[in-house]
Amino acid sequence: MTATEVPVPTSPAGNPIGFGRMLRKEDARFLRGQGHYIDDVQLPGMLHAAILRSSYAHARITGIDTSAAEAHPKVKAVITGATLEGLNLAWMPTLSGDVQSVLATDKVRFQGQEVAFVIAEDEYSARDALELIEVDYEPLPAVVDARKALEPDAPVIRDDLEGRTDNRIYDWEAGDKAACDEVFAGAEVVVAEDMLYPRVHPAPMETCGSVAHMDKVTGKLTVWTTTQAPHAHRTLYAIVAGLPEHKIQIISPDIGGGFGNKVGIYPGYVCAVVGSIVTGAPVKWIEDRSENLMSTSFARDYHMHGEIASTREGKILGLRVDVLADHGAFNGVAQPTKYPAGFFHIFTGSYDYPAAHCHVRAVYTNKAPGGVAYACSFRITEAVYLVERMVNCLADELGMDPAELRMKNLLRPEQFPYTTPTGWEYDSGNYPAALEEAMRIAGYEELRREQAERRADPAGKPLMGIGISFFTEGVGAGPRKHMDILGLGMADGCELRVHPTGKAQLRLSVQTQGQGHETTFAQIVSHELGIPPEDIEVIHGDTDNTPFGLGTYGSRSTPVSGAAAAVAAQRVREKARIIAATALECSPDDLEWELGRWQVKGDPEQGKTIPEIAFASHGNLELPEGVEGHLDASVVYNPPNLTYPFGAYICVVDVDPETGEVKVRRFIAVDDCGPRINPMIVEGQIHGGLADGIGMALMEAIAFDPEGNNLGGSFMDYLLPTSLECPSYELGMTVTPSPHHPIGAKGVGESATVGSPPAVVNAVLDALEIRQADMPFTPAVVWRAMQGRPLRTDLAIE
Amino acid sequence: MQVTITVNGTETRAEVEPRLLLVHYLRNVLGLRGTHWGCDTSNCGACTVWLDGVPVKSCTTLAAQADGHAVRTVEDLDSGGELDPLQQAFMEEHGLQCGFCTPGMLMTLRALLDRDPDPDEATIREAISGNLCRCTGYENIVRAARHAAAHPTTAPEEISA
Amino acid sequence: MQTPATFHYERAGSVEEAISLLERHGPETRLLAGGHSLLPMMKIRLASPGTLVDINGLAELDYIRLEGDEIAIGALTRHTGVLDSAVLAEHYRIFAEAERVIADPLVRNRGTVGGSLCQADPAEDLSAVFSALRADLVVASASGRRSVPVREFHLGPYETVVGENEILIEARVPVRPGAGSAYEKVERRAGDWAVAATGAFVQLRDGLAVDVGIGLSAVGADHHSCAEAEEQLRGRELTPDAIAAAAATCRDRCHPTADQRGPVDYKRHLVEVLVTRALTRALERARGEEA
Repeated sequence: MTATEVPVPTSPAGNPIGFGRMLRKEDARFLRGQGHYIDDVQLPGMLHAAILRSSYAHARITGIDTSAAEAHPKVKAVITGATLEGLNLAWMPTLSGDVQSVLATDKVRFQGQEVAFVIAEDEYSARDALELIEVDYEPLPAVVDARKALEPDAPVIRDDLEGRTDNRIYDWEAGDKAACDEVFAGAEVVVAEDMLYPRVHPAPMETCGSVAHMDKVTGKLTVWTTTQAPHAHRTLYAIVAGLPEHKIQIISPDIGGGFGNKVGIYPGYVCAVVGSIVTGAPVKWIEDRSENLMSTSFARDYHMHGEIASTREGKILGLRVDVLADHGAFNGVAQPTKYPAGFFHIFTGSYDYPAAHCHVRAVYTNKAPGGVAYACSFRITEAVYLVERMVNCLADELGMDPAELRMKNLLRPEQFPYTTPTGWEYDSGNYPAALEEAMRIAGYEELRREQAERRADPAGKPLMGIGISFFTEGVGAGPRKHMDILGLGMADGCELRVHPTGKAQLRLSVQTQGQGHETTFAQIVSHELGIPPEDIEVIHGDTDNTPFGLGTYGSRSTPVSGAAAAVAAQRVREKARIIAATALECSPDDLEWELGRWQVKGDPEQGKTIPEIAFASHGNLELPEGVEGHLDASVVYNPPNLTYPFGAYICVVDVDPETGEVKVRRFIAVDDCGPRINPMIVEGQIHGGLADGIGMALMEAIAFDPEGNNLGGSFMDYLLPTSLECPSYELGMTVTPSPHHPIGAKGVGESATVGSPPAVVNAVLDALEIRQADMPFTPAVVWRAMQGRPLRTDLAIE
Repeated sequence: MQVTITVNGTETRAEVEPRLLLVHYLRNVLGLRGTHWGCDTSNCGACTVWLDGVPVKSCTTLAAQADGHAVRTVEDLDSGGELDPLQQAFMEEHGLQCGFCTPGMLMTLRALLDRDPDPDEATIREAISGNLCRCTGYENIVRAARHAAAHPTTAPEEISA
Repeated sequence: MQTPATFHYERAGSVEEAISLLERHGPETRLLAGGHSLLPMMKIRLASPGTLVDINGLAELDYIRLEGDEIAIGALTRHTGVLDSAVLAEHYRIFAEAERVIADPLVRNRGTVGGSLCQADPAEDLSAVFSALRADLVVASASGRRSVPVREFHLGPYETVVGENEILIEARVPVRPGAGSAYEKVERRAGDWAVAATGAFVQLRDGLAVDVGIGLSAVGADHHSCAEAEEQLRGRELTPDAIAAAAATCRDRCHPTADQRGPVDYKRHLVEVLVTRALTRALERARGEEA
């Protein structure tokens, strides 16, 4: 299926009125260096802060001497855990119902944990003062290997929690275990594999930071901060600090990339608030890169054991999974309360089989907290990786082409809406069409032929691998009765005001980090009201000026907030109909909508445009009983279900068998995210996600040495892909609208990050002709896999 | 110490600590905040500016080292509000998303295009290999550079082509 | 972001002035050239020199020129200058091949030959290149100049023979007519330090190798080289078997350590592969078989 782009009229500025390719409104400032990011915030009298962090992974603190730091002439204050204990702020709640240390009091539990907060006149002096603080540590044995965290003699990390005798966080399961076991017992073929999705980091180009200003006169706290969820932050500050919520304003300026790194509240933010209260001045705290990589939300760290059952002919019968989840020292994951393992239980993927069961055990280790981040759609990344790897393992066992095996088992279009064995209701899809399109673009048969020739005559040539993945995403959390974070339902508000001259402002609860909301959301309103997108201003990222909502993560902006904007515009359009009918002295039922205009059926000369109606709504036209003046609407959108974008990816790699170097030759991505509001922006989102996937599959990972030292604490060690590792991507698409979304759109921000890693991994393993090895495929990892002596990629290489 | 640095054609002068990094001189002393920083190890290139016409990482250059030299930043690319053809190309090809790496990318690629007005894809990829981007997967940045090569002026008739 | 600790700053206008500034400010003084190793170390406060002597103004040390039967490379030559040098391209392709994989183009615009050699990072590429070519390094002090064979220059990781009041001013590479050279590096990603790297040159007469040089980086090789392997090849016909035997010697004589770039067995294996490749390509070039 190819795109069906209905031509739309264009505005005076040359933009589409509605959907279509439109250059971004936000670019004008970014291109001139006029973006306004957190470190660009300057306030009169502002002080600068720096954090002293633990050099140990696990140690008891026996003393902290801050006197020399306090004596530094430019230091204004030094805050420690003891200071915070006096304010009852030494610990803060996490988004998962645990508590996390703001500044350590008793012990440090990971390398890089926050120990002291120095506030000085300038950043250089604050960092100088860190070197003047003396902390006495009594080192303790660290839990580094998650697989040993539950051993009886493992050190207990969370002895701060009453009655804790081990490192278990939770045991959780989904699916019908008995039924699943029965299917496996009777299956002709069962394949089992262990696989690790290593600890990775979103690593946005801009680190996290905050500027807090407590105005003692008005009692108002203003916090400029890198947050993807400003309203959630405001409520959490109210809860954590006991501050009055109506006196808190969160301003999220331009954000230099988020990818889930900027969802949570970090200790530095809380310290900046306390620092402003203590000093009476605005306090700025900005992470350096090492702090970002070593202490803020990492992602994944899932040790998975999968088993897949099928007939000899390749009909998949069931999948069961056992997961050991490394959550680090505090359970700080951000996800709907009901689902401690996020949406991992969507692991059955895109295939039709009845039996599924997963068991997830989460453990504490002496590592940074987090787990849900990096465009993961609440751990659908891990789920898709698991199923797409297991399907490939099964294909290997059966001696079947992995494309053929997938085609044989993909859900068929007539099965939608489809309820999975673990309870997800997929809204719509045409999976075989997407896979066929990807195979067509790739020239799949020809690639396999080339591969066969290469294998028959290997002399001096790189090994060639072809990897496929098919993913089903679930995005747009969520129906509020099922999904909340700390009790806050995951619905989003939206306010649309059409001004008297027909220009509009749209206020959103979500916050862009580069996704182009200022453009896309204007296009949604333009589509519904027929006014030019350049006449619609999007306002976001400021809690005093936008309605409540849970923010941008989990690809939820278009599915939730986009729906809110569409519904708000539709309400305005319906109100405009009544006002137009009043002005035209006819019944609203006599009017029909023609882009941007209500006109009399059968007499289209008689009509009113939205600007005319907007002016009338603010004028002296007498409106019918019960109809208020002005032209605006306020909506809270509670999505009836998630939306389920999907896609088929094919990766082609060449591997040097002598050195283990992997080169991604081609990457074909066919995405179906429903109708594309702005195809240019959608493709940009996919490009970025594909680079993420290549990064994770080939180089990104944070390992730890036996003492718990973080081995990925800078960009010299945590490698991001450069322009030279990324190929020129080949994109395709199919379009299957969501039946329950007002404009059928599904959300796409994380699709490629979720879908691409297994394609790359399957390609590398296909090249090597081995069934399993763990990412990231650095040259050493590839070579050792070829030797049959694979490396543990979560631990230091020995 | 006293430094005198010509920034975007204007002579600037300030009393600074010798340890002040050029990126902080630009951002905090001059208030030119278009130059960003993204790491501490000279890996990301978000801080790229020109020093005597050559793109360098301003987080790994002391303001003192620029004393008596000429620096050019992203703020100098457009002229009288009119975008440089490269800036225009970034807009046309969606070569930016969050915008954080963009100033560094622009300074690196402007230097490349001045040296080599018609670079091929491999040359472009090589040139920006010290500028990390987390949003675009580099695809549209490469296209933008090609677009700028094909449209070396921002005359309106060329933009609409 | 991370920031350096305070220091005293001086700028040298000549080599003589740089030396006198080193003498005046004492042992806590460091020379500042490109700064792309030193400044990051100062930011994470692994280095806190009392004084920096900025030698970026010493244009007199920025040159690459043919002097008789040697190529002289000034210590302040930027990596970009090496990469783009026509003189080096004519005589030793190894330079451009190595430079193309050193850090990234922006770093190469600032980083210098002298800085790289004096930083003495065990994974630094130019050390292997100069070691393969058996260059001489010229060090200046108040009492004059001395020439040090590159294989005696490094005392160990981050340590060289350059004294407190000395400055490396030049590298001198003998011209070897007809020699072919090549550089091979495996890295985890563009711009990363080497997992392992090798450089080699081969000079032929009557089909025999009258001279051979092998340089090694990131694998703990003594003097960034392997003299035994070179000796195995000198005066011999470089058959595939001879090259393989020399590569095996390099593999066995180096001392790699395990890190996140790879385990010891892999690095040894890489040495064997890369030495074979570098020698083979150098040989092809010496024979005029490869453009």
